[in-house]
Amino acid sequence: MSSSDKLPKQIEDVLVTHRREFLKHAGLLAVSFGVFGATAIEGAESQSSNPAESPGPYRDPDFHQIDSWIVIHEDNTATFYVGKTDPGQGTGTCFRQLMSDELDIAFDKTTCIMGSTDITVDQVGSGGSSALERDSWPMRRVAAEARRVLLEMGSDHLGAPVDQLAISDAVIAVKANPSKRVTYGELIAGKKFHVTLTGNNINRVTGQAKTKSNPELKYAGQSIQRDDIPSKVDGSLKWAVDVKLPGMVHARNVKPPFACAKLTGIDESSVKSLPGFIKVLSKGNYVAVVCEREEQAIRAARQLKTTWQKPATAPFPASEDLFNYMRSATPVSDPRLAAGNPELRAPGFGPMVVGNPDAAFSSAAKIIEGEYEIPFQGHTAFAGAHALADPSNGQMTVYTNDMKSYSMRRGIAAFLGMPHDSVRVVWMMGPQGFGRSAAEDAAFEAAWIAREIGRPVRMQWMRDEETAWDTKGPAFLVKMRGALDSGGRLVAYDFHARSCDHNHIGYNEPDSVLIAQLMGTRRAKPAAGSAAMPSDMYAIPNRKMVGEVVGLPILWETPLRTGNLRDPNGPQPTFAAESFIDEVAAAAKADPLEFRMKMVKAGKDDDSAFRRARSIAVLKAAAETYGWDSRPSPKPIGKGKILTGRGIAYSFRGRTVVAEIAEVEVDRQTGHVWAKRLVCAHDCGFVVNPESLRHTIECCTLHGLSRAIHEEVQFDTETVTSRDWFSSPTLRHTDIPERIDIVLVNGDPNPDRPDLPPYGAGEPALKPMLAAIGNAIYDATGVRIRRVPFRNDRVLAALKAAGV
Amino acid sequence: MSRIELKVNGRSHTLDVEPDTPLLYVLRNDLDLRGPRFGCGLGQCGACKVIISGAAVFSCITPVSSVKGEITTLEGLSQNGRLDPVQQAWIDEQAPQCGFCQNGQIITAKALLDKNPHPTDAQIRETMNGTLCRCMSYFRVQSAIKRAVKTMAGRSPADPKEVVA
Ligand code: FES
Ligand code: FES
Repeated sequence: MSSSDKLPKQIEDVLVTHRREFLKHAGLLAVSFGVFGATAIEGAESQSSNPAESPGPYRDPDFHQIDSWIVIHEDNTATFYVGKTDPGQGTGTCFRQLMSDELDIAFDKTTCIMGSTDITVDQVGSGGSSALERDSWPMRRVAAEARRVLLEMGSDHLGAPVDQLAISDAVIAVKANPSKRVTYGELIAGKKFHVTLTGNNINRVTGQAKTKSNPELKYAGQSIQRDDIPSKVDGSLKWAVDVKLPGMVHARNVKPPFACAKLTGIDESSVKSLPGFIKVLSKGNYVAVVCEREEQAIRAARQLKTTWQKPATAPFPASEDLFNYMRSATPVSDPRLAAGNPELRAPGFGPMVVGNPDAAFSSAAKIIEGEYEIPFQGHTAFAGAHALADPSNGQMTVYTNDMKSYSMRRGIAAFLGMPHDSVRVVWMMGPQGFGRSAAEDAAFEAAWIAREIGRPVRMQWMRDEETAWDTKGPAFLVKMRGALDSGGRLVAYDFHARSCDHNHIGYNEPDSVLIAQLMGTRRAKPAAGSAAMPSDMYAIPNRKMVGEVVGLPILWETPLRTGNLRDPNGPQPTFAAESFIDEVAAAAKADPLEFRMKMVKAGKDDDSAFRRARSIAVLKAAAETYGWDSRPSPKPIGKGKILTGRGIAYSFRGRTVVAEIAEVEVDRQTGHVWAKRLVCAHDCGFVVNPESLRHTIECCTLHGLSRAIHEEVQFDTETVTSRDWFSSPTLRHTDIPERIDIVLVNGDPNPDRPDLPPYGAGEPALKPMLAAIGNAIYDATGVRIRRVPFRNDRVLAALKAAGV
Repeated sequence: MSRIELKVNGRSHTLDVEPDTPLLYVLRNDLDLRGPRFGCGLGQCGACKVIISGAAVFSCITPVSSVKGEITTLEGLSQNGRLDPVQQAWIDEQAPQCGFCQNGQIITAKALLDKNPHPTDAQIRETMNGTLCRCMSYFRVQSAIKRAVKTMAGRSPADPKEVVA
């Protein structure tokens, strides 16, 4: 769409008047609403004005005002302002599709600005696969209300009642005489809606207008190309790493060489004479250097001589001893205390008991047991955490790719002791955000240093810092037991999960972010952490499920920090539960798909999301797409060097249901596993952009494959030793299957509901993949490996031990 | 500091930097280019790649003083405002997720196809293997390369859904 060369007046008015001055100086008045409008700061530094004069305060846009969400321009185009961030799954394009539909404006006449705290409403940012499932609804309702208001204005203008008017592409015309027409731009450009919405929180915000039903949507449902891709391909996109400000300097951290180390000395003379050196900053155990140029800061950080004292006790066991440690550790608190006393609510859950598992186990024809191990896995962003903080004029402006700009703003204000409206956070694109990167750590660090030295500071974590010190998905140890009756039915099931997740780090918390820890801050009570149970619709009459949380010996200032990693507690229990179901099916000599299907069908009742019916549908779709032939696993073990097999696993996340089939080749001489083919049958309700969804699911499936065959954080008893792409391997081009089928099942089993809603899609496809691969390896080799990742050495050892 | 001459995307530059400065920082910070990016600084991921004399090179471990030939970055691939067929294939396949790694993917693919316009699947996978993506866009990247091969050969590309990596 066309560019607008200034921030729309309506948006300025919604904000505070004297911010105008700032906007001018920061270049926001030259916002480019070009091809890709995701960030408002595009072109900021090219204005070469002096941001030191930027005043503030930065008030929150009022989500009760239509004007905070939608601006119509003179040329009859619209800009949408939403409080979301799109880490690369195309959600920004989906928001435009839905809002264009509700507003009745052509998609290509719109653009969407996301996630900058001072000009977009607070919708948190991104996370939890909630972009479409939850956060698109307020956008839709506001756009529908804007349409209603414009229609009334059109009615006044044209002198015709609303029911005699029609809207097409932002033009209101009299049905009987289409030459009588007025555009949205003619009605409202340069003016404000002045319409106050109702609803006591942003997720409930609404006007009087109803949203459209699915069949009325024109753009939603279409595979419109993502609007962020062209600028990512031609090199024109300005990322958070590209922001430059006059007078800015470069900072690098000097991380403790081991966990929980105490800084005992800094020899500044070791770097003082380096070119461009500005300063060493240190507080508690936090150390950083600042130089004029980037490569100078990198050299100074490497060269700075520091001395550290080791902690009295080892902070954690070595990675090869982790599961023994977890086995013998005392859970954070006894889950049995939970009953009846909410004060004692334990991290984890349960015990949850259905039926009478003890009796069923004692009368079982056969008991099957297995214990599954899932190590810590890293977020390991493609590039290190980074941020630019500008302390001009006693304010703090932070440019970041962190998924959650709004909590970052609150966190940094609290950390620096600054008023909330002196801080603003500008979200820009960056390397992927899958739950909880270290981006926020870098932003807090940049802001603190910027305030200390009074100049804009760019902080960038190096590869080893990011890999070693980012937050990790918690390790899990899951013990399972199952009882088969004489008919080969699974009549009882015992699931006992233990996660290593105590002191789970939240989002942008001023008392748990790494710099705060290193400076000595401790919260009174570490975050509990959590374990989770499997998600399935199996009708198993007797069940017992318990989840416990254990902690590492030292919880603070350690690189083994746990935090949310894409589907935070999903892949781990699902690896255990869906591998175990496969083991039970094999013990019952049943086909693993039919065994699952029988147990889903045995359930009489469905739930409110129809997950039973939808489980049956995705299992069927996966099987048909793959061409599944019914037989028990394993298949007769072949003679050749390469053994092939297929495996299935299924689960749901929230209301989204997924079944996946993997076909693998196992090299019995090297232990190498290659997933030759993957099928993912996926039901996430209403689909807004099918191609973009397929792509997201495909990449999410492959992320599951990466976690199944490569990813594991390794450490000795002092520090994390996974520090680069060799010591922390990830999926590569040569690992990619030769065929991937993504099947969008997305039907609605409820005939009484015309409007199928969209459910989450950013995470669910990852969840069953670990088990699907493990089950396929079993099918190929007859060897059950209960520990991920299936790295060559581990697979080879297991094959050897089994004589395969 | 010393005087360094660089030719980048058809333009000559004279700079005053330390001779051992990694090329990456000169491109990004002195010449304001956005294509090459920092991913690891170790020659392990490909984020920083540029084309020098026809080869895809890790600019993060290349001292600026060692550069002999002309440098082409992502920004320099398009000609007269027209995207390179490789870039167009990337859009047609909708290859990126976050896109941060795609500089490396595109530059590596471009250097490959310039040398070998008809690579086998195995050659594509091997050549691309040092170029990482944590969003796991690999399958689409491989599809995009095959699409580019077809467009460059003047044949009409297959439907994206039928392209098998
Ligand atoms: S940044 Fe150069 S290879 Fe990773
Ligand atoms: S697209 Fe995100 S790292 Fe490759």
